[in-house]
Amino acid sequence: MTKVLMKGNEAFAEACLRAGCRFFSGYPITPQTEILEYMSWRMEEVGGQFIQTESELAGINMVFGAACGGARALTTSSGPGFSLKQEGISYLCSSDIPAVIADVMRIGSGLGDIFQGQGDYWQLTRGGGHGDYHTIVLAPASVQENADLAYISFDLAEKYRHPVLVASDAAIGQMVEPVELPEMKEHDINQYDWVIRPRQKDEKQRIVWNRYWDIGAEEYVSYLRNKYAQIEANEQRWEAVRTEDAEIVLVAYGISSRVAKASVAMARKEGIRLGLIRPITLWPFPKKAFEALGSQVKAFLDVEMSILGQMTDDVVLACGNSRPVEYYGEFSNVPEEKKILSKVREMLEKY
Amino acid sequence: MNCKIPNGIDMSQQASWCPGCGHGIIVRLLAEAAQELGIDDRMIMVEDVACGEFAQFALKYNTIMGAHGRPIVTAAGIKRVRPDAIVVAHPGDGSAYSIGVESTLHCALRNENILALVVNNSVFGMTGGQMSPTSLVDMKTTSSPHGRSIKKDGSPIDVTKILGQLDIAYLARGSLDSPANVIRTGKMIKKALQKQMNGEGFCLVEVLSPCPTNWNMTPVDALEFIKKKQSVTYPTGEFIDKGGAI
Amino acid sequence: MSKISVDYKRCKGCFLCVSVCPKNALTPSKELGAKGYEIVHLDGEKCIGCGSCYRMCPDYCIEITD
Repeated sequence: MTKVLMKGNEAFAEACLRAGCRFFSGYPITPQTEILEYMSWRMEEVGGQFIQTESELAGINMVFGAACGGARALTTSSGPGFSLKQEGISYLCSSDIPAVIADVMRIGSGLGDIFQGQGDYWQLTRGGGHGDYHTIVLAPASVQENADLAYISFDLAEKYRHPVLVASDAAIGQMVEPVELPEMKEHDINQYDWVIRPRQKDEKQRIVWNRYWDIGAEEYVSYLRNKYAQIEANEQRWEAVRTEDAEIVLVAYGISSRVAKASVAMARKEGIRLGLIRPITLWPFPKKAFEALGSQVKAFLDVEMSILGQMTDDVVLACGNSRPVEYYGEFSNVPEEKKILSKVREMLEKY
Repeated sequence: MNCKIPNGIDMSQQASWCPGCGHGIIVRLLAEAAQELGIDDRMIMVEDVACGEFAQFALKYNTIMGAHGRPIVTAAGIKRVRPDAIVVAHPGDGSAYSIGVESTLHCALRNENILALVVNNSVFGMTGGQMSPTSLVDMKTTSSPHGRSIKKDGSPIDVTKILGQLDIAYLARGSLDSPANVIRTGKMIKKALQKQMNGEGFCLVEVLSPCPTNWNMTPVDALEFIKKKQSVTYPTGEFIDKGGAI
Repeated sequence: MSKISVDYKRCKGCFLCVSVCPKNALTPSKELGAKGYEIVHLDGEKCIGCGSCYRMCPDYCIEITD
């Protein structure tokens, strides 16, 4: 298989198309815009629909309609625009409709700025919109993984009839790396018995609405708890690096995890027993990775690009608050190996 | 005269609207038109969050329950992937001209091949009769207790002035204030569905519809209100008719 | 000769039909229906089958057949 040199955002877009995505509606925002631009010419080539919508609200609500129709539908945004998507994501969840939404993260609340960031972690993993829900959140750390996770995201969404978010950032989206693209697939829009379409002979009326209206409040509670329990049991994904003997374990995802991984290699050269857990699913958070750790682990260091250390809560929960959890957070820059290592040395003295 | 409830109406359920509400009539007109055109099985409704959503109980059609203000753009989404379906977005005036106005305008600009069937009762009905974008000047509502003031609340919106110059397939306004106007409105809805079948593009049919509950009137007085007040601000008729083959 | 039928179970007593009936075949009945609304009363003899009531009824109570 040959590799091609591609920008992260474009590899993501191409992999979505190859997964059978034939509907895109979205709005320009940096650093996501290359996905929209790529789709604007490429979607036509594969016979799909591309719509540059009047807003992100329109983008996600149009995806809602297309996804109800059975199409593999995608919308993408970043920061301020991703906030506007929350209405539609909440509706997708309440109605059990699969779709894929990418958040190419930038920094800050409000306008913030266009640089790489990871400050949407809470919004991504806690629901983000109104009501009781989580979404499956995939966090790629390379251009290759941006393509690979895009490719499986539609399968995951349909498996659980649930939206899947792909959370990259300006660095992953903008960088150029070699990538091996997956095979082109066609998706059958009539594959599922819930899709809204012209009624076929002897077919019952189909309505997409709040699922709890179908089954009643009481049954909905157990239905929903079970759905999320299934996802948590089956879909935790992570990469563990040198954790077998690690005394300090870094926890980092996305672009931060690449720096963290380099720090592990540097630390090992100095004889420091450092490891890394890299969550690939931010929700469900890979608790299993923490359960598998040995008793030699003294503490965790969360490394991420957020001022408030948003992922720290999940690390504390995942390790059952059994060890100290500290964080090293950057805002407008990616973390630095040197800073990670000096923090690790400090922690080794402390714990 | 043969007047039979059309097949698209689900007679196993009571219509859920208040006594004298126009929604039930509009939904019946839609079902009559669909039956006459032989497209009952192709119909897909996209409902809004508000009184109109009760259509999902009154109609047998496949239905998506959209978010408030988004049925028109959601309808455009499913139409793009299901071109064989006849897709009807069913918002109220608050949805189509207030919270969802950007999508109403831009779906029209893209000439999305759908019907926006907008129920104009000049109030936010489901939430209890607040001022809506089409509330008349001086009209008392629960959020304009002294009457709508242009200075304070802005002017009412007339969709024919917003979309009237655009290159869309059809723009019409009907009324339910008399049997004759009900028949006329039914013809507008049928024409719009036919245009969608022809692939002509965006159709918007607004219907002046009584809301006796929130207008604090008897249903019969509500028809008088449409005749004497509402249809003066919002004249009925066909404003754009691209003239494709019907 | 047209035949009018009224499904009184569905009637919510809005009397839009009464207001448009040219022959006073439909009148308020002063009786409460199953839903607690005052329902309509039909004098079938007076009906000329014009269909006005059918068109105005929001609750699908009325049908007219040839």
